[in-house]
Amino acid sequence: MNSGIPNPLALIAELTHRCPLHCVYCSNPLELQARSNELSTEEWSRVFREAADSGVLQADFTGGEPLARPDLIELVRAARAAGLYVSLITSGLPLDEARLGTLVEAGLDHIQLSFQAAREELANEICGTVAHAQKLRVLDWLKRHRVAVTLNFVIHRRNIDQIAEMLALAESSCATRVEFANVQYYGWAFANREHLLPTREQLARSVEFLKRAEERLRGKIRVEFVVPDYYAKFPKACMGGWGRKLILVTPSGEALPCHAAQVIPGLRFENVKEHGLREIWKNSEAFQKFRGEEWMQEPCKSCDRREQDFGGCRCQAFLLAGDAAATDPVCSLAPQRSKVDAILAQIILPPAAETPVKPSWIHRPNPA
Amino acid sequence: MTPELNSYPRLAPGCRLNESTASRSQGEKTQQPRTLLMPERALRLNGPSLEIVERCDGKHTVQQIVTELQKIYSEAAPEKVELDILGYLGLLHDRRALDFDIA
Repeated sequence: MNSGIPNPLALIAELTHRCPLHCVYCSNPLELQARSNELSTEEWSRVFREAADSGVLQADFTGGEPLARPDLIELVRAARAAGLYVSLITSGLPLDEARLGTLVEAGLDHIQLSFQAAREELANEICGTVAHAQKLRVLDWLKRHRVAVTLNFVIHRRNIDQIAEMLALAESSCATRVEFANVQYYGWAFANREHLLPTREQLARSVEFLKRAEERLRGKIRVEFVVPDYYAKFPKACMGGWGRKLILVTPSGEALPCHAAQVIPGLRFENVKEHGLREIWKNSEAFQKFRGEEWMQEPCKSCDRREQDFGGCRCQAFLLAGDAAATDPVCSLAPQRSKVDAILAQIILPPAAETPVKPSWIHRPNPA
Repeated sequence: MTPELNSYPRLAPGCRLNESTASRSQGEKTQQPRTLLMPERALRLNGPSLEIVERCDGKHTVQQIVTELQKIYSEAAPEKVELDILGYLGLLHDRRALDFDIA
């Protein structure tokens, strides 16, 4: 591709917003797409070919729950035929071993199975349904199929002290990779933020534990850890930089630079039904908006780190500072950092002697 | 880790080389840069790294890979070739891209 815009490396394919789980930190937007708006098998297949043409190597099938699509096997075949590496990011519901076998035969390369906690009661509380036992069954079936397995745990205040048990679950499985990903505060997680943010002490303990685990398990399991950026000194290079590595397509076909981009007012997103993926990547206003450094304000504009973190996350800048072009307020150099510190000052655990009260969660619903 | 010379390296589940050619939407075939695909990662391969990974098929021992590459890269010191190969296989193993079958 010319014009100095790097090729996208991965396509995040949100196949549906339908999901049997109702997780309190779901990264989907608050406005969920109905089934009647979803792209067809043929439309997705074209998107996969166009993605491969544009340089994309990997497709992450996600949602909602991708297994809710009855045509999932055809979609795996289509993405493989286009030359893509196919990952399925799944809750494991609804799945039986025969369908798992068919997916692997169709060319599925990698399954990322989510767990909400190490123990059933908390796991079911977080996802608002009964799912944990089924996930354990899926984990057992996976031992008999040749596919890469990642276990994913989304980490927050309620489960961060169970990390050792979560790691034990990963060690007893066939996973070669385990992710401990702290909640990032967008969408449903932003709505539930006060109940999800861990304390600084909890975070420090978990980081210490996982550093040792990473060392001990080298060559057996890759241990990956994502910190909650509210506690970081510098912001994350969100999505590897806006419009630099990743392209996300929503269930209804809108192409976004990241999961949360629709929160930014005034951005217009093109739809893959009307435009080719490569054209959208190169030319669409939304992808161009925060490429390069033109849009940056101080202190980013003259910061030595601007090519490492690209000023952090645009959606977070909008959510916390009210300006999508501002320095991400989680940055210690950001003029608006005091807003993040004020949020963190509210995060206090009840004394250990008290029974924790179940928070008043806002659970994500299932769209029509 | 240092691989045993008589073990058989094999790409782990979910790790594979991309196809060397791809069909474009327009119908023609184009040469693709060779890449080792794995969960959430991709490694561009060329020269010796590609020669090594292509032989990680569960049929070549580490020793056979060393011997074959010493022939291909005969202008390099044989001990250096061996050390580089062992280092690279160890790295791929730590990234969970490689398993070693014992004969």
